[in-house]
Amino acid sequence: MADLSINFAGIRAPNPFWLASGPLTNTAYQVMKAFDEGWGGAVWKTVGEPIINVSSRLGSLDYGGRRMMGLNNIELISDRPIEENLAEIREVKRRYPHHAVIVSMMFEANPAVWRDMVHRVEDTGADGIELNFGCPHGMSERGMGSVVGQVPEYTERITRYAVEAASIPVIVKLTPNVTDIRAPGRAAVAGGAHALSLINTINSVMGVDLDTWRPIPDVDGRGSHGGYCGPAVKPIALHMLSSLYNDPRVTVPLCGIGGIETWRDAAEFLLLGAGVLQVCTAAMHYGFRIIHELTEGLNDYLDQRGIARVEDLVGQAAPRIGDWNDLRLSYSFQVVARIHADQCIGCNLCYIACDDGAHQCIERVPGETAPRVREEDCVGCNLCSLVCPVPGCIEMVPMEKGPVETWRMRERRLKTAP
Amino acid sequence: MAIPVDQPPQFAEVVPPLTPREAEEEALRCYYCYDAPCIKACPTNIDIPRFIHHIVTGDLKASARTILDANILGATCARICPTEALCEGHCVRTHDSRPVSIGRLQRVAMDYAMTQGVPALPPRPRHGSGRVAIVGAGPAGLGAAAELLRAGYQVEIFDRREEGGGLDTYGIVSYREPVAVSLFEVNMVRQLGAKMHLGETVDAPRIRALQRDFDAVIVAVGLGKVPRLAIPGEDLAGVYDALDFIEATKVGDFGAFPVGERVAVIGAGNTAVDAATCAKRLGASEVTIFYRRGEEAMSAYRYEYEFAKQDGIRYQWWAQPVAILGTQRVNAVRFSRTRVDGPVTSRSAPVQLVEGSEWTVPVDTVIRAVGQEKTLELWSALGCRVADGRVVVDPETYETSVAGIFAVGDCLARPGEATVVQAVEDGKRAARAIDRMLSEKSAR
Ligand SMILES: Cc1cc2nc3c(=O)[nH]c(=O)nc-3n(C[C@H](O)[C@H](O)[C@H](O)COP(=O)(O)OP(=O)(O)OC[C@H]3O[C@@H](n4cnc5c(N)ncnc54)[C@H](O)[C@@H]3O)c2cc1C
Ligand SMILES: Cc1cc2nc3c(=O)[nH]c(=O)nc-3n(C[C@H](O)[C@H](O)[C@H](O)COP(=O)(O)O)c2cc1C
Ligand code: SF4
Repeated sequence: MADLSINFAGIRAPNPFWLASGPLTNTAYQVMKAFDEGWGGAVWKTVGEPIINVSSRLGSLDYGGRRMMGLNNIELISDRPIEENLAEIREVKRRYPHHAVIVSMMFEANPAVWRDMVHRVEDTGADGIELNFGCPHGMSERGMGSVVGQVPEYTERITRYAVEAASIPVIVKLTPNVTDIRAPGRAAVAGGAHALSLINTINSVMGVDLDTWRPIPDVDGRGSHGGYCGPAVKPIALHMLSSLYNDPRVTVPLCGIGGIETWRDAAEFLLLGAGVLQVCTAAMHYGFRIIHELTEGLNDYLDQRGIARVEDLVGQAAPRIGDWNDLRLSYSFQVVARIHADQCIGCNLCYIACDDGAHQCIERVPGETAPRVREEDCVGCNLCSLVCPVPGCIEMVPMEKGPVETWRMRERRLKTAP
Repeated sequence: MAIPVDQPPQFAEVVPPLTPREAEEEALRCYYCYDAPCIKACPTNIDIPRFIHHIVTGDLKASARTILDANILGATCARICPTEALCEGHCVRTHDSRPVSIGRLQRVAMDYAMTQGVPALPPRPRHGSGRVAIVGAGPAGLGAAAELLRAGYQVEIFDRREEGGGLDTYGIVSYREPVAVSLFEVNMVRQLGAKMHLGETVDAPRIRALQRDFDAVIVAVGLGKVPRLAIPGEDLAGVYDALDFIEATKVGDFGAFPVGERVAVIGAGNTAVDAATCAKRLGASEVTIFYRRGEEAMSAYRYEYEFAKQDGIRYQWWAQPVAILGTQRVNAVRFSRTRVDGPVTSRSAPVQLVEGSEWTVPVDTVIRAVGQEKTLELWSALGCRVADGRVVVDPETYETSVAGIFAVGDCLARPGEATVVQAVEDGKRAARAIDRMLSEKSAR
């Protein structure tokens, strides 16, 4: 059995799986039920001046017969009175002293308000604070949420209000609705943040009902941009996570959020630098019970690789992601598609993909099932192997083509050339 | 004699394993229901959505662990459970499509455990300590043993056969369940710490002696031989007990029961189908199942019936043997037409012979497949209360009227519902009752 416990910016938890701030963490009932199922921590539904919600609030992107590959919401922060939330947080912390209870907060940009609220939150015994600078809808139109996260100076300033008042760790939750995540990340660190979490939801419009021309989700015939999350957003989250992890100016631990559904997703986030993981959509879809598969699967993975502690996984793959300029150019290194004819089922998807969408280097051979790659023309883009329905049938074979040279090296060479 | 695990091709397992791609696609068809009806329909309550979800995420080890945690005979059950009556019959996808192939997915995980190693099972809470003797190493005995061992009890299992597994090893035809699968499961229980005493027949006095040495005794002896037909000619050469006949094919003794060309199988349950399809595989050209009632009353599962028909087995309904003819070896059977007083679907409506309807069918072999005898002598010798031809047990604890003696599995003789999965569940429940009993004792 591997050791799944973690110490994240001084916050300890029995495992790295926390529920993300959202409808799963609205009440003590839910959070305690989740802890009983095995979740290691929870970030309380963002506490602030109570709001009024609309209905309906959620929209789903279904794909290939499967539900909720992506989820969109126009829900705001907690609609419950602050006192009620704080009383329940206190109760949860009293009953579950060894689980991580983090309180997500969102208030107007007023230092006095922050000082007062941080003290009231700390008084509950909570282990940490998460600043919600991320919600892209509703709150942003009132000067909170993602409008803070999109302007580095605001991020730094409000982070400082909270950090100066707090004696427990302050995590800043970033919005992905920016051009370069490093700007708000660095600003939060400059403001004193003890950790960053990301991503919050992505601005999106889910769709239109083709019969009624009403938007999805539909609030009495009207819609609005909402926050997108779920399995579909994972690649965006992984990009932002790794770029912060690899940024020398971001010196604090990172909490990975966005599209985590299985232990495999979790392992990828850990490898790219997440010290803790938060889950929202997957648990909304299937319930708290998925924690069993998450912990069991992650544990089996660590055991199988002989890794004793989950913390030993954190960031292991991140150094492999960097600038395009540092990748070997194709005259130095490339991969070449090779079709294993014995495994080919004759669907011709690779042929048409290469012919129409790539570089016209797959040929059909009369009388034979398997098409053939003209290897000398193949640029090694991967497309054929991605469309091939048979795993392993199209292999991308690495080829050393010349001395190691990247774009950066090439530029340097050409500049210094006589 | 050690049982050979390699079988001739016609006895090789008929249902192929799912390919990895098939398994992935099938697993993705599962909706991952909450409080799923399939779980409730499984007598051992395997967490089916969870083991399937583990397959989706590629963690076959966790999938196998989930199954074995609930049912130590998961590998047998993956193959021979009547799934359309159990889990698959209750799958929500019967409403919008076809049910998820739960049995075959279970086999994917179990094949992984058989080839890649059995995952450590989550420990059970330890409440008490003590020693438990189990008589019978069939599904019921193994189910009880695994549960007790995981809760920290010492377990010794006694069986009169050379190998454990009961009917899984000796009675289920190998093209439905290879012997290796059953022996793998016996070995799993051994690895959990069971001490096996094989080749030891345990009678009533011995059970009483075991009671002195152990804190509890579980009797899981199954049922007996196929009953005699009580008609003339039954002792002729070529008249076989279906279980002996099937067993010979399982232990690799294919010449023990020569079948000739024409075979008559008497009875129309699952055992009859197994015996008939075995006879076909041994070279008989014409195999007919004779049943004294109509098709409507047949106890074989639908898939068994289909399997028989695909194998070219013929059926003769409303036919009861009245005499077996021959001088040294059987050469014909005399049948009489029958009718029932009452509904044709009933298996208990009295059967009447139709006068003057007799006819003779030339055959080389007769196989009796009309159920299994009950083991009532054992229970009366032990002084256990018996009613309706079966030993009486407490429905919660499976304890007989003699304190400290528990009965599980087929020997409870619930007609028509004998399944491996129910036998395992009986064993688990008795084990839990013993755990409660012994932990109260330790607490005192
Ligand atoms: C031909 C056939 C096909 C079947 N097909 C299916 C199927 O497809 N699906 C399904 O679910 N079920 C099937 N069954 C039923 C299933 O095999 C039984 O329900 C199951 O094996 C019962 O388990 P058990 O442990 O109670 O008894 P058994 O499997 O009979 O095991 C009893 C054990 O006790 C031992 N024993 C008996 N007396 C003594 C003694 N005095 N001393 C020591 N040891 C003793 C025996 O040697 C045996 O090992 C089939 C049965 C038969 C006969
Ligand atoms: C309905 C809904 C409500 C949410 N509410 C909040 C919130 O109040 N505060 C917050 O910080 N994030 C909120 N989120 C965002 C999630 O915490 C999380 O960052 C996002 O959903 C990405 O994770 P996922 O892909 O696992 O869902 C909400 C998400 C959803 C779907
Ligand atoms: S999940 Fe369904 S029942 Fe529950 S609040 Fe939402 S709309 Fe209502």
